[in-house]
Amino acid sequence: MTVHSTSPQFKQNAARALNDDQLQKALGNVKQGFIDKRQMAAAKLPEFEALRDAARDIKNHTLEHLDLYLEAYEEKVRSSGGHVHFARNADEARDIILGICRDAGAKTVTKGKSMISEEIGINHHLEANGIRPVETDLGEYIIQLRGELPSHIIAPAVHLNATQVEEDFRRVHTHLDAKRDLSEPVQLLTEARAVLRERFLAADVGITGANFLVAETGTSIIVTNEGNGDLTQILPKTHIVLASIEKLVPTLEDASQLLRVLARSATGQEMSVYTTFSTGPRRSADADGPENYHVVILDNGRSSMLGTSFEEMLRCIRCGACMNHCPVYHAVGGHAYGWVYPGPMGAVLTPSLIGVDKAGHLPNASTFCGRCESVCPVRIPLPKLMRHWREREFERHLTPATVRSGLQLWGFFARRPALYRFATRAAMGVLALAGRQRGRFAWLPMARGWTKYRDFPAPQGETFQARWKRERQGARA
Amino acid sequence: MSARDDIFANIRRSLGVKGSETIRRQIVADRLERAPKGVIPKRGQVSGEDRIALFKTMVETALATVTEVASPAEVPQSIALFLRNHNLPATLRMGEDPRLQAMPWSETALEIAQGPSEGRDLNAVSHAFGGVAESGTLAMVSGPENPSTLNFLPDNHIVVVSGKDIAGDYESVWNRVRFAYGKGTMPRTVNWITGPSRSGDIEQTLLLGAHGPRRLHVVVVRD
Amino acid sequence: MSVLPLQGRPANPRVGLFVTCLVDLMRPSVGFAAVKLLEDAGCIVDVPVQTCCGQPAYNSGDRGTTRDLAMQVIDAFHGYDYVVAPSGSCAGTIRVHYPELFEEDPNWRAKADALAARTYELTSFLVDVLGVTRVDASFDGPVTYHDSCSGLRELGVQTQPRRLLGSVEGLSLVEMKDSDVCCGFGGTFAVKYSDISGAIVDAKARNVEEAHAPTLLAGDLGCLMNMAGKLTRDGRPIQVRHVAEVLAGMTDEPPIGVAKAPAVK
Repeated sequence: MTVHSTSPQFKQNAARALNDDQLQKALGNVKQGFIDKRQMAAAKLPEFEALRDAARDIKNHTLEHLDLYLEAYEEKVRSSGGHVHFARNADEARDIILGICRDAGAKTVTKGKSMISEEIGINHHLEANGIRPVETDLGEYIIQLRGELPSHIIAPAVHLNATQVEEDFRRVHTHLDAKRDLSEPVQLLTEARAVLRERFLAADVGITGANFLVAETGTSIIVTNEGNGDLTQILPKTHIVLASIEKLVPTLEDASQLLRVLARSATGQEMSVYTTFSTGPRRSADADGPENYHVVILDNGRSSMLGTSFEEMLRCIRCGACMNHCPVYHAVGGHAYGWVYPGPMGAVLTPSLIGVDKAGHLPNASTFCGRCESVCPVRIPLPKLMRHWREREFERHLTPATVRSGLQLWGFFARRPALYRFATRAAMGVLALAGRQRGRFAWLPMARGWTKYRDFPAPQGETFQARWKRERQGARA
Repeated sequence: MSARDDIFANIRRSLGVKGSETIRRQIVADRLERAPKGVIPKRGQVSGEDRIALFKTMVETALATVTEVASPAEVPQSIALFLRNHNLPATLRMGEDPRLQAMPWSETALEIAQGPSEGRDLNAVSHAFGGVAESGTLAMVSGPENPSTLNFLPDNHIVVVSGKDIAGDYESVWNRVRFAYGKGTMPRTVNWITGPSRSGDIEQTLLLGAHGPRRLHVVVVRD
Repeated sequence: MSVLPLQGRPANPRVGLFVTCLVDLMRPSVGFAAVKLLEDAGCIVDVPVQTCCGQPAYNSGDRGTTRDLAMQVIDAFHGYDYVVAPSGSCAGTIRVHYPELFEEDPNWRAKADALAARTYELTSFLVDVLGVTRVDASFDGPVTYHDSCSGLRELGVQTQPRRLLGSVEGLSLVEMKDSDVCCGFGGTFAVKYSDISGAIVDAKARNVEEAHAPTLLAGDLGCLMNMAGKLTRDGRPIQVRHVAEVLAGMTDEPPIGVAKAPAVK
């Protein structure tokens, strides 16, 4: 059991998003910022394309030897004094984490940003068991106050405007002066910093995700700009790392290669502000740091993606470049996708994790424009993988009946060139005649989706093949 | 079957391997041992003054400030000046780093506190393990010498880095870490720090000082 | 038309024109413009009997139908020196995706590879293969150009049409914002997810309008019909044409979505 999904209602979600003026305004920020910044960062580094190749190759190599790198990693974590737990699915991961929190006598748990923790719905589980989870990434904190899922994997609150954040802070931070000025974003940040600082200092357990796990040293790596992931892990007595199996990389050198493409692809920074390499609990001489270090390694369907065409998706390093460049994401935002992972990477990953019967719309809702693949730092062929999902849907008869029968009829003619030429010649003649007056149709019975938003241009009349035959082949004969 | 065994079995089934294949084990052991470097950007592959200059430029690109002093003895005065110029109180917290301890702090009016931060300090100084010119990144290692809390809790974080510890690339820093701690062994925490804390989570507006320091100031010691 | 001689190709290559189903049915004048451009460059053009490259089936997950149609195209276009399509999307299907269809059939895979290697989008064929540097055509006024996705990202079609347009007398190219961003067509996507497609083409139409060029060009009829349909629906008086029509100097036919003027009595 994982977080509830509204992916089956993708179309309704999308329609609502398109009519949400506030959301549309916020989505303008995605189009503006991320794309230019990534472009500039890539242009400043002549080796960027070579690094993308290297990043892809490192991930492929690791996935092909994943069992062995996992073994090596596990051994290193244990020898540095940490604990490794394995979870087949979300239920097991939640119970392991709850158990560690209970052993620590935890009342408050701070959290660094972790998409895996969204995937397993840990916050709800902790709350239901009397433990208070506090998201500390500013964006995650805001959406936790609102009871929402992140709408973007690196900018969780990108769907919101500052005035909405102000309303939420006034609603929740009731201990503060009601007349305080919160009209500037910096005032919102300062308030969140002060409120969360107290939570950091009070927390009993800190949970972070991991961008990478290093087999060579048993190290977990997190990347943040705020520093919240660090305060989450160095202040409480217990640090829990929650990571999925594909986060493994062999060595510190391999991690460094991937880090060179991660921030540039995500935010256009040369390097994120804080890249933290954590290995085991605090050492005996250390003055600070957690006394206990646990790693929870989650499978949740990923091991079954290995050896299939979807193995390529396990290269993903969660930079968000694909959604930043996606015209569909720009139009509807992240929540329309209906589960944890939005945009092109979500359109491929979500059907693997919750089933294509539920998430079938996602790989279909793409124009295959290919912009996602062109910016992916690990060169995942996202359109190709979306097409693979469409093929599976077609094979399993999950494709809508109207689409299937339309395809069948069209395929019948397209396979028979002589009949096709005869039929299209007649049809285009009729259509051209009907559209002669205006040169276009404002409404067509077979294409209502099309004509709802745009005219359908009328054909010129005679088909190319008919005219060619008449003019050229007729002339030659 | 335990979850662990189940996951390993499923990985191996999907990959079509047993896990005992000598060749695969050899490939993995070899890569872990050799740690091949991959693509190293030319940008950082400069030496001497050029490397220091690149480091300083990149530190500033990351919105931190940087200054240079000729010897460790000049560090306290330089930091005192920095605090005064920014109207900050003359207080400073630091760890047990012998390089910092040996500096003449008594020549300044700074009130020095020792040990990790509990979250109420405005200013702290740490000594970096090294720097990386390629991106203006500081490499910090945890320990009683430089507690990790000093990197994150104070509002103003000052980092002293020795010019000779500034490398061109991350890989050179990892080599030094291996030399200092042993191959395959790490300090509890290595922090790469590139600029002061920031967030773009509210309307994609860049704001400094999200949870960590609002200011990051780097002092390069040319000894 | 100026042609630089390139080594290693026949002086008068035999080109099989892959008309594309949309040009065949909707706007044959684009096909004849392509023929003129190819013949002016010294090609011997032939048009074997054809229907569709199979992309609608391929993108709908129907590999069986796609394979049938691909085999049909492979057979029909056997024996030509080159296959050229006035579409990056259809050329991309043949060049990039046909080989993927026959991964388990070495015999057909070899044939698909051979066809893929000889298949080009029109403007890239003229510039990259034939070495054409200029065309004999004139066009009055500024135009703006939309980069269709498959041509741009699967085949690298970007500078070639611009270079040729630069040689058209009287024409000036005004770049629009986000010319490389999808117009929202996406084949059946435009019908299956019409709300989203409508929003994407709306953004595209705004960018087209803000370029302040009275004419919009592109190299793919699907995208052109989408954008033209949106522009006429919104009452934006921008003429939309396939780039081949302008390059061939064949702009007598009314723009896409516009009726023929009634004969003067």
